[in-house]
Amino acid sequence: MDAFFTYGFLQRALLAGVFIAVACALLGVFLILRRDSMIGHGLAHITFAGVALGLFLKIIPLGVALVVAVVAALGIMKLKEKAGLYGDTAIAIFSSMGLAVGIVLATLAQSFNVDLFSYLFGDILAIETSEVWLSVALAAVVVFVVILHYHRFMYMTFDREAAKVSGIKVGHLDVLLTILTAVTVVLGMKVVGILLVSALVVIPAAAGLQLASNFKKAIILSSLIAVGSVLLGLFLAYYLDFPASGTIVILSFLFFILFFLLKKVRRSP
Amino acid sequence: MGSSAADSKPLIHVNNVSFSYGSIQVLKDVTFAIHPGDFLAIIGPNGSGKTTLVKVILGLLKPSRGETRILGKSVDEFTDWRRIGYVPQKATHIDPLFPASIKEVVAMELLASQKFSGIKKREEGFSIDKALKQVGMENFKNWRIGSLSGGQQQRVFIARAIVNQPHILFLDEPTTGVDTETQERFYDMLDSLNKKEGITIVMITHDIGIVNKHVNKVACLNQKLVYHGTHEEFCQSQALKEMLAGGHHLISHRH
Repeated sequence: MDAFFTYGFLQRALLAGVFIAVACALLGVFLILRRDSMIGHGLAHITFAGVALGLFLKIIPLGVALVVAVVAALGIMKLKEKAGLYGDTAIAIFSSMGLAVGIVLATLAQSFNVDLFSYLFGDILAIETSEVWLSVALAAVVVFVVILHYHRFMYMTFDREAAKVSGIKVGHLDVLLTILTAVTVVLGMKVVGILLVSALVVIPAAAGLQLASNFKKAIILSSLIAVGSVLLGLFLAYYLDFPASGTIVILSFLFFILFFLLKKVRRSP
Repeated sequence: MGSSAADSKPLIHVNNVSFSYGSIQVLKDVTFAIHPGDFLAIIGPNGSGKTTLVKVILGLLKPSRGETRILGKSVDEFTDWRRIGYVPQKATHIDPLFPASIKEVVAMELLASQKFSGIKKREEGFSIDKALKQVGMENFKNWRIGSLSGGQQQRVFIARAIVNQPHILFLDEPTTGVDTETQERFYDMLDSLNKKEGITIVMITHDIGIVNKHVNKVACLNQKLVYHGTHEEFCQSQALKEMLAGGHHLISHRH
């Protein structure tokens, strides 16, 4: 345990991990209830293109990924609205394109190396100080904006039409929620990697929703599960020499199973 | 409500409104006004444009021609939405697993227009309790919305719609899927909101029996406005005879 108070890289990982976990869980609850949980998965693939573009252009991959993810997220939203596509088709189209572009760019940049793999599989223990502060600041902004619009997001998720008549600018908030999701996915990439980031968005929220009797509890429970998974995951990863990303996601899955079983026990006569 | 209501300034003015879904015309040149104190039933056969009309009035759909005015302002310029309560048609088809308590459902409407929610906790709690009491759901505050029956959910949605003490309440087929006995109590509650609280009510319904017992105004729609006037005159009108003779899908409970 002393190592977590001694080593700077562990403290940085903890700080960034906790903030990002809360942002992921908060948005995850809204995304699941909006039947939009696959957006995280799709945006993660697109983020791969952003990272590859950053490596190709030799510009900060995190920054490029952020821009690419936001633009693509808005593109998915518009395509859904305008093209009348079924279900997750828009996400499938954009995510496949993201992956394809990413593969081409990474090959052109000759960057199928440790650098790219750290983005694919996550490497939070190697997070740099500048990235920590950027991640903490962005995650804090995401959390603040969600809290600021908490009732409006909840209303439009629950009953979109009534929310519109109450004067809520539903279209504007859709855009805001989409941008927040894109930012959060890119941040989550630093913790668990592109391949597992959607799990960090969806699984803690899905676990929290198993037992929550009201929305506030769902938000708090999901955040606690996400933070618990990250803290425990980092602890186990350090002491057992496991990869942090996989450990965090497996733990959040175990939390989900636990909460699912608890719900079943509660309901049984 | 009679003449005094008719003489007063209208809350809603629908002026020459037409609306089409693509090439299918749903509303044609509809003009009428809703006055303070009205308990108006909008009736008509399936596909006659009732829901479309309410959505046009509330600005959810843009008319192809004409305009609607709310409290004297064009719907595009209207901003004081706290004065309007709305219970949509599909309100009872909510996600039964949605993790919201009754209190949270009512709070959604109350806090939707506040910049920083949760600042005036005591006032919020008082308003929510009052609205739930008005619909007889004060003992269910912490229940999950999905655990209530259809009739109870409708009461909660009405509590949500009246929590800001609106001038006018729109209800789109509020008793769909609700048993007859519960419907009776439900309409008595609407009566009380209209007469005691002074809330103007506009309700889409298929139930002519309700028209007979509770409402004081009727708007009969079939693309065009076939009839608009008092309930008494409607009962004697050609519009009612034609609707019944035409075998339109209308329910008539005896009261």
